[in-house]
Amino acid sequence: MTEKMQVKLNVNGEDREFLAEPRELLIYALREHLNITGPHVGCDTSHCGACTVTLNGKSVKSCTMFVAQANGAEVTTIEGLGNPATLHVLQENFREHHGLQCGFCTPGMITRASKLLEENPDPTEEEVRFGMAGNICRCTGYQNIVKSILAAANEMNSAKEAAE
Amino acid sequence: MIPAAFDYHRPTKVEDVIALLEEHGDDARVMAGGHSLIPMMKLRMADIPHLIDLQDVGGLGGISIESGRIKLGAMVTQHEIINHDGLASAAPILREAALQIADPQVRYMGTIGGNVANGDPGNDMPGLMQCIDAQIELIGPGGTRSVAARDYYEAAYMTDREDDEVLISISFAAPSGGHAYEKQKRKIGDYATAAAAVQLVKDDGKVASVSIAMTNLSDVPVWSEAAGAALVGTTCDSAAIKAAVSAMLADIDPSEDNRGPVAFKRHLAGIILSRAVTRAWDRA
Repeated sequence: MTEKMQVKLNVNGEDREFLAEPRELLIYALREHLNITGPHVGCDTSHCGACTVTLNGKSVKSCTMFVAQANGAEVTTIEGLGNPATLHVLQENFREHHGLQCGFCTPGMITRASKLLEENPDPTEEEVRFGMAGNICRCTGYQNIVKSILAAANEMNSAKEAAE
Repeated sequence: MIPAAFDYHRPTKVEDVIALLEEHGDDARVMAGGHSLIPMMKLRMADIPHLIDLQDVGGLGGISIESGRIKLGAMVTQHEIINHDGLASAAPILREAALQIADPQVRYMGTIGGNVANGDPGNDMPGLMQCIDAQIELIGPGGTRSVAARDYYEAAYMTDREDDEVLISISFAAPSGGHAYEKQKRKIGDYATAAAAVQLVKDDGKVASVSIAMTNLSDVPVWSEAAGAALVGTTCDSAAIKAAVSAMLADIDPSEDNRGPVAFKRHLAGIILSRAVTRAWDRA
């Protein structure tokens, strides 16, 4: 067994430090060291996207990154986007448009969608489907997920226009 | 899935990477985005006692386009390839191929250097690099050397790169004419069941030159010189495309796996190449 290393992460705006073996995967470090359980372990094979977090401005599957690689990074999880009292626009629209059933994929879906809308604030339906292709949902058939994201984009754009 | 333990190295200079490779030999491996290596480590099919993370090594990034020559640093990601406007206009076949690799999250991490260096027959960039006649630059204890992509691949996961060498960049002349990267896959994120890269120059209503490479239809990418030769001088009519497909089929050697039996793959390779040639011709 190798020695543990000191890991520093900025998670959802807060500096966190802990000891971990380099081989630990970021998803387990978040869930088990930091008790941040929004990102889920779905397939554990880089396919399903339930573990998606934003790391230094990129959507990444945290099951396919060693905690040593992430050392020093800024990480945003679903917990950093909204909370039960003040939902993120995407969360509100997922609720409004029934963009989830069991909810297991939802933290990854919304975290990925937030990055997608940051890069492309006014996507077409096709662009949403293509941009969300790394996230799998076994309940919804995707129709309402796409609807939720498009509705959130509209709402965010309207708010931006109103502010200008 | 938890991989076996390893010592983690994150050097900042390429000389330090070489020194680590010399010190640890077979026990060390470099990692770029990690999206081929980490899954193999999690499955314990790869045991890497010394993992060398390249993310902080200087000089391995960046896309440059100067006087018709394009250079991609090894750490350039598929995401960067897709979003680089200069590259998309100078060599649009790269963007077309990168959009068909994996999924958005994987493309933020997956690099051109890893894709080319790994020697996985399923990777898309090796065949594409053979199509556009790219040069692969390697650095080792004795300095740098350049190898043609067409000479780089020896067998599955076996390449011309020595254990103490690192792929640092890839360069090629901006391709001319029409292009197409056509890929058949079972689902989003999958490797190709069959894929074809075609770059075609048209002159006076005829094929002046064409380069054709096939992916995941042999244990190495297949640049089919004969398939190209069958098209040169023709009007790219259906007889000519059929001749090119026949020539290509003589060069590939697919094996049966969960993507289908050999007969299916050969049938599919023909369809994919026909589509790619037709699209490249229409764009030329």
